[in-house]
Amino acid sequence: MKIMTCPINGPRLISEFAYAGELKEMPDPTQVSDEQWADYVFNKNGPAGIKREWWCHTASGVWFIAERDTTRDVIMRTYLYQAEVALT
Amino acid sequence: MMRLPTLAGEWIDRTRTVTFTFESEPVTGYEGDTISTALAAGGARVFGRSFKYHRPRGFLSFANHDVNVMTQVESVGRSIPNVRGDVEAPIAHSKVTAVNTRGGLKNDRYAFLNRLSTFLPVGFYYKAFHSKRLFPTWERLFRRITGLGTVDLEASHRSTPKRYDFCDVLVIGAGPAGLSAALAAASTGADVLLVDENRALGGSGLYARAGTESVLAKTETLVRAVLAEPRIRVLLSSFASGYYADHWVSVIAPEAMVKVRARSVVIAQGAYEQPCVFRGNDLPGVMLASAAQRLLYRFSVAPARRIAVLTANAEGYAAALDAKSRGLEVAAVLDLRATPGPDSADLMAQLSQQGIRVITDVKPIEAVAGRDGSVARLRYRVGGSEEAIAVDGVWMSVGFAPASAFLHQAGATMRYESSIEQFVPERLPAGLYACGKVAGAYDLAARIADGERAGRQAVSALGSVDALPVAPVMPVRECPNHPYPVFAHLAGKEFVDFDEDLQIKDIENACQEGFDSTELLKRYSTMGMGPSQGKHSNLNALRILAAWRGDAMGAHALTTSRPMFHPVPMAHLAGRGFMPERKTPMDADHARLGAVWMPAANWRRPEYYAVPDVSREAAITAEVHAVRNGVGLIDVGTLGKIEAHGARAGEFLDRIYTARYSNLKVGMTRYGLMLDESGVIIDDGVIARLTPECFYFTTTTGNSATLFREFGRLATWWGIPVGLVNLTGHYAAFNLAGPQSRAVLSQLTDMDLSDAAFPYLAVREGLVAGVPCRLMRVGFVGELGYEIHLPFEFGSELWRAVLQAGQGHGIRPFGVEAQRMLRLEKGHVIIGQDTDGVTNALEIDAPWAIKMDKAFFIGQRSLAVLAKQPLRQTLVGFQMPLGVTERPKECHLIIEQGRIAGRVTSVGFSPTLGRVIGLALVDPTVAHQSHLRVRREAGVEASLEVTSHPFYDPAGARQKMELAS
Repeated sequence: MKIMTCPINGPRLISEFAYAGELKEMPDPTQVSDEQWADYVFNKNGPAGIKREWWCHTASGVWFIAERDTTRDVIMRTYLYQAEVALT
Repeated sequence: MMRLPTLAGEWIDRTRTVTFTFESEPVTGYEGDTISTALAAGGARVFGRSFKYHRPRGFLSFANHDVNVMTQVESVGRSIPNVRGDVEAPIAHSKVTAVNTRGGLKNDRYAFLNRLSTFLPVGFYYKAFHSKRLFPTWERLFRRITGLGTVDLEASHRSTPKRYDFCDVLVIGAGPAGLSAALAAASTGADVLLVDENRALGGSGLYARAGTESVLAKTETLVRAVLAEPRIRVLLSSFASGYYADHWVSVIAPEAMVKVRARSVVIAQGAYEQPCVFRGNDLPGVMLASAAQRLLYRFSVAPARRIAVLTANAEGYAAALDAKSRGLEVAAVLDLRATPGPDSADLMAQLSQQGIRVITDVKPIEAVAGRDGSVARLRYRVGGSEEAIAVDGVWMSVGFAPASAFLHQAGATMRYESSIEQFVPERLPAGLYACGKVAGAYDLAARIADGERAGRQAVSALGSVDALPVAPVMPVRECPNHPYPVFAHLAGKEFVDFDEDLQIKDIENACQEGFDSTELLKRYSTMGMGPSQGKHSNLNALRILAAWRGDAMGAHALTTSRPMFHPVPMAHLAGRGFMPERKTPMDADHARLGAVWMPAANWRRPEYYAVPDVSREAAITAEVHAVRNGVGLIDVGTLGKIEAHGARAGEFLDRIYTARYSNLKVGMTRYGLMLDESGVIIDDGVIARLTPECFYFTTTTGNSATLFREFGRLATWWGIPVGLVNLTGHYAAFNLAGPQSRAVLSQLTDMDLSDAAFPYLAVREGLVAGVPCRLMRVGFVGELGYEIHLPFEFGSELWRAVLQAGQGHGIRPFGVEAQRMLRLEKGHVIIGQDTDGVTNALEIDAPWAIKMDKAFFIGQRSLAVLAKQPLRQTLVGFQMPLGVTERPKECHLIIEQGRIAGRVTSVGFSPTLGRVIGLALVDPTVAHQSHLRVRREAGVEASLEVTSHPFYDPAGARQKMELAS
């Protein structure tokens, strides 16, 4: 079983975590066309490679971002959304 | 007797004997013997029958791969199938029989199959089952003939605990390389776990001695150092069965599975000695030299009196010296090579001193069986002439295959190193290291040095996600492996795979028929698919395949290895199901009231309360009537219950639900519909505002955990500071509903329940029967009603108090079935039943719940897109004529003009209305029709009258008490 490192709780079994898809910022709904909105809602980024994803440590409810290299099945790093993404 | 004189370090205790029966004959062995060694010590040569041809078989590897020596062991009420005689200890007084015989080992009635081998070609099953007509005949025949042990269906439950272990470095294999690796890792301060399938440390260092003490002495020095090292823990008689992600290794210990989490893993599992492929190489008495050495030194059993060693490496010469030193007669060392290497030459001098002749450039022709079926003679060709030698044992020492299954499982790649004619690691994943024979190191000093290197590396790169480059293969003076130890015979029976009885021609014919790649060859011929998983056959088969195709050895990869490494008893794999069933605090009360349970997500809820001598339908009907005409009480504590705190909590809920909450008055509740980003309905609930900065709301039972989690993500993503508390398990909840509910409640509380003080849709906090409660006046089942939420520890107490207070009003507990009907009568939509994974919010016709003029809510933008398109489906109510009780079921199709125009989503007989009512999701083009056709089954259709819904009290007057007050 894989190990994932929660930014708050440290390394834990992957079974303690839940996945919630790719980190994808929502476009401003009032500014986009119907087509652009549909692209945001329905199209996911498929190719293997380094992915930024939402993960949750379910036991503590901590949400964070994990960068995974899906070609090697390696979790590169994990960090809090509010600490890195929200600031940029 | 074939038991040799006592030897220091032997694994048997000659002071204690063990008695059992084998094939009804009494057998006595020593404590420490395996089933096979106890038999062999008594002179037996045949322990089992082969899988396909039922040929008599004895020792081959004596290393847990003697698949033809599987037994059924019966002992005090247990019958254990497929016990491997070569490694398993006999249970005292047990009854042991060989599997896969008809009429016993000696007189196996299926032995005639040996003569039918011509008619059992490779791919026989595929060919036999190709004919549909003959399929059943073949199936019956095969089911009768094939198969190994018998599963004991009466076996009692045996608990197989799971243990957990953690270490910095896990070393698998405790031969010289593994011992050395463990010591090197521990010397740097690492916590080391050393695992070996044998019952003693030392590996081949204990038995491949070349008749001297020096190998043993060096090995024992390592063993003592390991045992003295406090940072090394040792797990013996335990094999690593599977490698899983991030160095998670399952180890099968005698009584438990141990799940080991290591930070790095050193594979020092050595190499499996491989048979020489020649006619009769499966006769009892023909065995791997290492098997014989293990017998000589571990169990002091002589597997033969007079042997020939068929060899192609120095290890064979060493084995001859071991045989001699244990008192066996060595008739000759027959070397396949024209020129023995330098190590062999050194040993040859010792052999000649002991009068043992060495013949080189030998090509075996066949091993010939004597009258007892075991080997009596070995015929071979040398220098153009044929010779024969009378022996009762032939030891094969022609090379090894790396025990690389774990490396493959972990994702390593291997390459063929032609200097040693062996596959060696090419790329290893991060944190995985290989040393010793599996990595191509054969000389004892080289193995020890290689182990030290791996042990140091395993610590130096701890925690890195990048792999170190693979260390170069240690140099050898002499190649340990013959490149092609395969000698075809016109009459066949040169066995490549002993599990599946595959001969050279089977491999070649499979290639001829087009299955000429390793993975295809395996599946077509079943090569390597037996219980030993090709540990002694894959390499030779690969050599035959490469030779047949004219390719170099490195051109073809070995087949993929997957867990398990050895077969693992199912008991170790079976887990204790962890499917917790949640119970509300009133569970015991429900049981006393006669609840018939049904699952609701991971909860159990009363479906209805059984009444003696009353049918299920009648009981449910009575519950419905009680609510409509008097008062009922239902446990709704399985609902998700969440609190949201903070100045922006209202804004947060505005974004999550379709309605508006930032303007909700304190003390009031509002229905909420939740969508996903595509506008599909995913949940609903009631949101109450307790204070300006505290909302309390419910979700559906099944979604509570995932939604609570998702709310946390949304708050993080949106950057809205909101405190979320999941009170689902902390709060009990029940709904007191019916025209008499206020009268019942007023007996228990001083709260002002008047319409003015506690109007419809209001929420109040106060004491009920002395318990602090949150009360919500909601329409739930369309009657005057109060949903009462309270700390779970008071749940049972208040439940009973309410039932007590309601006695004079004919109160009745009601279950989920009555609730469904009561809500269906009101046309309430059940999310997930009347909607599905694509039903959007426009399709259920609830415009009152959707505030498109809000700044934002999830799904809003998609609804704006959907609103421009025609509806795909819409929800309609239907009823059936009075007196019709035959009704469609949920999911029955609406058929209009020969095409599917929708489906029934909810249906039931309404006791209140006296007729069948229901909801259907239909194509909007048929929604205006007065009637719809529903297909109940092939050829049986019924007419549904489309009607408005709610079916009952459409104005909602009853829940607001406008009629009753």
